[in-house]
Amino acid sequence: MGALIWFGLTIGQILIVTVCVLLSVAFLILFERKVFAGVQMRKGPNVVGPFGLFQSFADLGKFLIKELVIPDGADKFLFVLAPLIMVTLAFGAWAAIPLSSGWQVSNINVGVLYLFAVSSLGVYGVIVGGWASNSKYPFMAALRSAAQMVSYEVSIGFVIVTVVLLSGSLQLQTIVAQQAGWFWHWNMFGGGGPSHVWLTVIMIPMMMVFFISSLAETNRPPFDLAEAESELVAGYQVEYSSTLYLLIYLSEMSNIIMLSALISVFFCGGWESPFPVHLTPGWASAVGLFWFLVKTFFWFFMFVMARAIVPRYRYDQLMRLGWKVFLPTSLVAVVAVAAFRVFGPA
Amino acid sequence: MTFAARVTQAVKGAALMDFVGAFGLALKHLAIPKVTVQYPHERNPQSPRFRGEHALRRYPNGEERCIACKLCEAICPAQAIVIEAEPRADGSRRTTRYDIDMVKCIYCGLCQEACPVDAIVEGPNSEYTVETREELYYDKQRLLDNGDRWEREIAKNLELDAPYR
Repeated sequence: MGALIWFGLTIGQILIVTVCVLLSVAFLILFERKVFAGVQMRKGPNVVGPFGLFQSFADLGKFLIKELVIPDGADKFLFVLAPLIMVTLAFGAWAAIPLSSGWQVSNINVGVLYLFAVSSLGVYGVIVGGWASNSKYPFMAALRSAAQMVSYEVSIGFVIVTVVLLSGSLQLQTIVAQQAGWFWHWNMFGGGGPSHVWLTVIMIPMMMVFFISSLAETNRPPFDLAEAESELVAGYQVEYSSTLYLLIYLSEMSNIIMLSALISVFFCGGWESPFPVHLTPGWASAVGLFWFLVKTFFWFFMFVMARAIVPRYRYDQLMRLGWKVFLPTSLVAVVAVAAFRVFGPA
Repeated sequence: MTFAARVTQAVKGAALMDFVGAFGLALKHLAIPKVTVQYPHERNPQSPRFRGEHALRRYPNGEERCIACKLCEAICPAQAIVIEAEPRADGSRRTTRYDIDMVKCIYCGLCQEACPVDAIVEGPNSEYTVETREELYYDKQRLLDNGDRWEREIAKNLELDAPYR
């Protein structure tokens, strides 16, 4: 009986998180389009519903009723499987994101590793989808994309190591909880209050490295060489249409929001308020969710702005940045943070 | 590139100077008024010289202006105009056929320039999409109807443009 209740509650939590993520994807797509339009002095979608609020749902309807075209030479099973892999992984990652104090589908004790593994598996969706299309542009784009995602995962990994060294834990709730107090306890400012403030010179660049690598990891502009519509039509998703394309799009957006959430968890204190507040546990959770959403939204805004203002990198520039700038920088940072942990103030 | 310049560039790049500058500019553009014209509901101003859909005009008494001189047919670089003419019962020269192939037409406005009586004009209308090619082979009746429909705008545009001719 107890197991059954636990099972029901977990399913309920998963449903709530999934529905909330889906809804936020819908409205954040609209937000992205609005900001993107605003930067270009356009108005953006404003016809469907008040201020265009229902635009994403209109798009959803369009995707669903379109014809699903599977190319003749494509491997049908893998072709359909690839978007499913992507969307499953994208939503699976949300299980370990701490939304607020104690609000988490699963408080895994190696949550960081889980997230890293899940986001690394995302590359399979891309490469399987591109390959199964049996078409040259998707195939080339999938190869590019795989190389790109793998290269940037390396520096993301090292950046995460610096955070883990600071927190001494792989559990996301613990990582967040250790950033409690004033905002200078956040990991971006060294994660240990005034005695650690020297680490700001390392951790803020690490945050930027993480952010830029996230852009590459999610194939967002300026690193959207996987799409590269000027040379590869639309990248690995050329042959996708209808619902399968919708799934790819959904998983990409979900991944972007997930990485925005991760940056705020790792560097900006997650659900911790920037100043100490004393509340009853129930209120603390609600306020925690508020701060988590604010920080995530800020980073999502940065993702959108990066798309709006930065021109696309060339492929060699992308690889140069990943291997010759970020990898050595983050490696040095790992050594420095480790040295600080060993020889610095306790 | 000198070493110092390289170092400066690297430092600027590492400090994301380009991104910060562009970010400020983007925020400024977010705030300033938008330039979008929501087309079916809003329209941009149109020049009186705009060369849109063709029309055959009439005199105020209802007599059609065209005297079948065929200057427009002669000058048309795309040879889109076909005119046939014969004397009417009262002895005046009138067209019996005045066809414009709107698919051939390049909207150069030379027919309007050539016309000695301001009969054939290119009006302000640019919204005459149709679903078949055949509908774009305009005959005399269609052109005269256009003239009746758009006469007010056409007359105003001609008047506005007259000082520059």
